[in-house]
Amino acid sequence: MVQQLGHLPMGWLLLALLAMLASGGFFVGRVQAERFNGAAGSVRVHSRPNYHGYYVAMWTFVPALVVALAYAMLGDGIVRSLLAGELPANFQNMPSVELDVYLDSIARAAFDHGYGGADRVFSAIANRFLELQGMVKASAIALALASAACGFFLARRKVAPGFRARNRVEGGIELFLFLCAAIAIATTVGIVASLLYESLRFFSEIPFWDFLFGTRWNAQTSAEFGALPLFYGTFMIALIAMLIAAPVGLFAAIYLSEYAGPTVRAWVKPVLEVLAGIPTVVYGFFALLVVAPAIRAVAVWINMTLMSAGITAEPLLAAQPTSALAAGLVMGIMVIPFVSSLSDDVINAVPQTLRDAAYAMGATKSETVKHVVLPAALPGIIASLLLAVSRAIGETMIVVMAAGQRARISPDPTADLTTITVQIVSLLTGETEFDSPKTLSAFALGLVLFVITLFFNLIALRVVQKYREKYD
Amino acid sequence: METTITESRETLTAGTSMDETQGLTYPRIECKNINVSYGDKQAIFDISLPIPDRSVTALIGPSGCGKSTFLRCLNRMNDTIESCKVTGEIIMDGENINDPDIDPVLLRSRVGMVFQKPNPFPKSIFDNIAYGPRIHGLAETREDLDEMVEKSLRRAGLWEEVKDRLSSPGNSLSGGQQQRLCIARAIAVRPEVILMDEPCSALDPVATARIEELIDELRKRYCIVIVTHSMQQAARVSQRTAFFHLGELVEMGETDQIFTNPRERRTEDYITGRFG
Ligand SMILES: Nc1ncnc2c1ncn2[C@@H]1O[C@H](COP(=O)(O)OP(=O)(O)OP(=O)(O)O)[C@@H](O)[C@H]1O
Ligand SMILES: [Mg+2]
Repeated sequence: MVQQLGHLPMGWLLLALLAMLASGGFFVGRVQAERFNGAAGSVRVHSRPNYHGYYVAMWTFVPALVVALAYAMLGDGIVRSLLAGELPANFQNMPSVELDVYLDSIARAAFDHGYGGADRVFSAIANRFLELQGMVKASAIALALASAACGFFLARRKVAPGFRARNRVEGGIELFLFLCAAIAIATTVGIVASLLYESLRFFSEIPFWDFLFGTRWNAQTSAEFGALPLFYGTFMIALIAMLIAAPVGLFAAIYLSEYAGPTVRAWVKPVLEVLAGIPTVVYGFFALLVVAPAIRAVAVWINMTLMSAGITAEPLLAAQPTSALAAGLVMGIMVIPFVSSLSDDVINAVPQTLRDAAYAMGATKSETVKHVVLPAALPGIIASLLLAVSRAIGETMIVVMAAGQRARISPDPTADLTTITVQIVSLLTGETEFDSPKTLSAFALGLVLFVITLFFNLIALRVVQKYREKYD
Repeated sequence: METTITESRETLTAGTSMDETQGLTYPRIECKNINVSYGDKQAIFDISLPIPDRSVTALIGPSGCGKSTFLRCLNRMNDTIESCKVTGEIIMDGENINDPDIDPVLLRSRVGMVFQKPNPFPKSIFDNIAYGPRIHGLAETREDLDEMVEKSLRRAGLWEEVKDRLSSPGNSLSGGQQQRLCIARAIAVRPEVILMDEPCSALDPVATARIEELIDELRKRYCIVIVTHSMQQAARVSQRTAFFHLGELVEMGETDQIFTNPRERRTEDYITGRFG
């Protein structure tokens, strides 16, 4: 009997139970409220019957939900630890990993409706597992029902003409929304905390200043952790990207919002947005297979020309097969839509009355754009550029494929460089043990990356807020 | 009633200036069969209206009857609204300004406009006024420009209030001050025709009186069209009045006649406050 319970489909059961409890609670509350609503006459009823219904439903549903969630998270663990406690002594001495594997096979066998094999011990344990599982499931359901009943009766007792059910329900909704927001915040805080923790471990072995200002990075082979070349590479490539994306994106936005007719806009805007939807790995191999060789060819040609003209004796440019320029150019193309789309929005948000004012003074279209529209939209445009920068700095795939691995500080754009993100990837892929300075340095790099992008985003946010204040 | 032009005026398409002694006859602007529609919705129905030079023409009528729309035809501001279609002829100085050959930029530098809602540029007070003179190259030196700014602000009755804060942003002024700033900005380029869409809607009686004085002064040299919801204002400042209703021109004539002895029943009802 208890073993049969072990096969209960708990997911469906709990869902159905919750739905029933909620709707049952709602109807009871509502009917009860309607009764005094009809009879009341002289008494003023505070909330409409529906709200009493929601109130009772809330108090019936939420306790059961809490139990259900607790079961979903802990149920399996409880069954396993109960079972492990009952196992004979020779199992108790097993290493925990092996025990886990064994219990996994038990659970699988139990799930497949019994074990038909010859191993008597195994089948006995599987049966016991089912029994325990049945007990846990049954008690979870009983607990859910009991807590729902408690909530239900407590809430029902409150239903009365003067009871402020509406305010309570509003409060409940607010709490729910707050919890959702809190989850997002808690996740962020958790990630940052783990970054910080691991970074601190790293800095306990490598001095902070050596990391930040050291010029030699060689984490893979020898323990050299001077990250300055990585910062340099990151900024160099982001700079190249922004040199492309800022003017092209901005001018595209101006064209779209000020000059293009409705039909052109209807075509060009979606196409630009498609650019934002291309997976970065596609950009990456485009950079590696098309752009990088082309840049190399041009660089080689420049070297040859300069040398044959006798201007330089040595090749001037590094002309590497992967280069900062290749990665930067393609990344620039990738972030164009980030600039253009947001800039387009802020330019459109400039009130038409301002343009009218300029036109009515006899200003031409380009004068109006230059003197009135752009200055008015400038904060928003700056914000869009900053967001694009933080996007470019955090971008990984393109630089992994097209920027190279060599950590160095070189002003030559045809040389290969490496970036923070590239190094994080190569530090954490392949064989790693989790507490060597090598892997820990990835966390330190991640922390730096996080701080930089956070900084840019915060400025962008501040600028956008300022801008809002001006026009609202 | 005939008016002659003594100042020379450029024609709109070319720089050929007219002979000083050549007379230009009343009216300054002649609108013929103007129809305006926004998409499928027609806002102005077949309006023909002469606008005399050196006088003030008031446009009155209930809200939404098309006064602003009509006013915006006179400097082709409706071009900036994609859905807006204007047909009909507007003859100004012998040329149809709706002609595709006419450069609206040049036209607008001669036909100034003050909008219904104040719309200062997000620039300093000084730069707001100096904007027009700058783009049209009206000021040779910095002193010229300073003088132009001061004069325009004085004429709009704003100088005393802002003379110590010319570099603060135009948006920092109060609504009424902004409205006067926009008036000052419009007259700074010395337009020949000035279109004013409810220029006193946010002004107190003192500032209103100042603007009406300004209008009266401008009238001596320019052609002015003003939209107003105030019957008293129309009666005080205008020489001619046109009454619009539901996109049609109901009646036009000398202001005295419209207000004392309207020909149409609808006009009488409106000015006596029985509807609208
Ligand atoms: N940009 C626009 N797009 C579509 N319809 C418009 C637009 N501007 C005005 N209209 C319509 O044209 C008609 C006339 O509007 P208009 O602004 O000329 O009225 P008005 O007489 O100036 O009114 P008010 O005294 O309230 O300023 C209205 O019905 C309005 O809805
Ligand atoms: Mg209007």
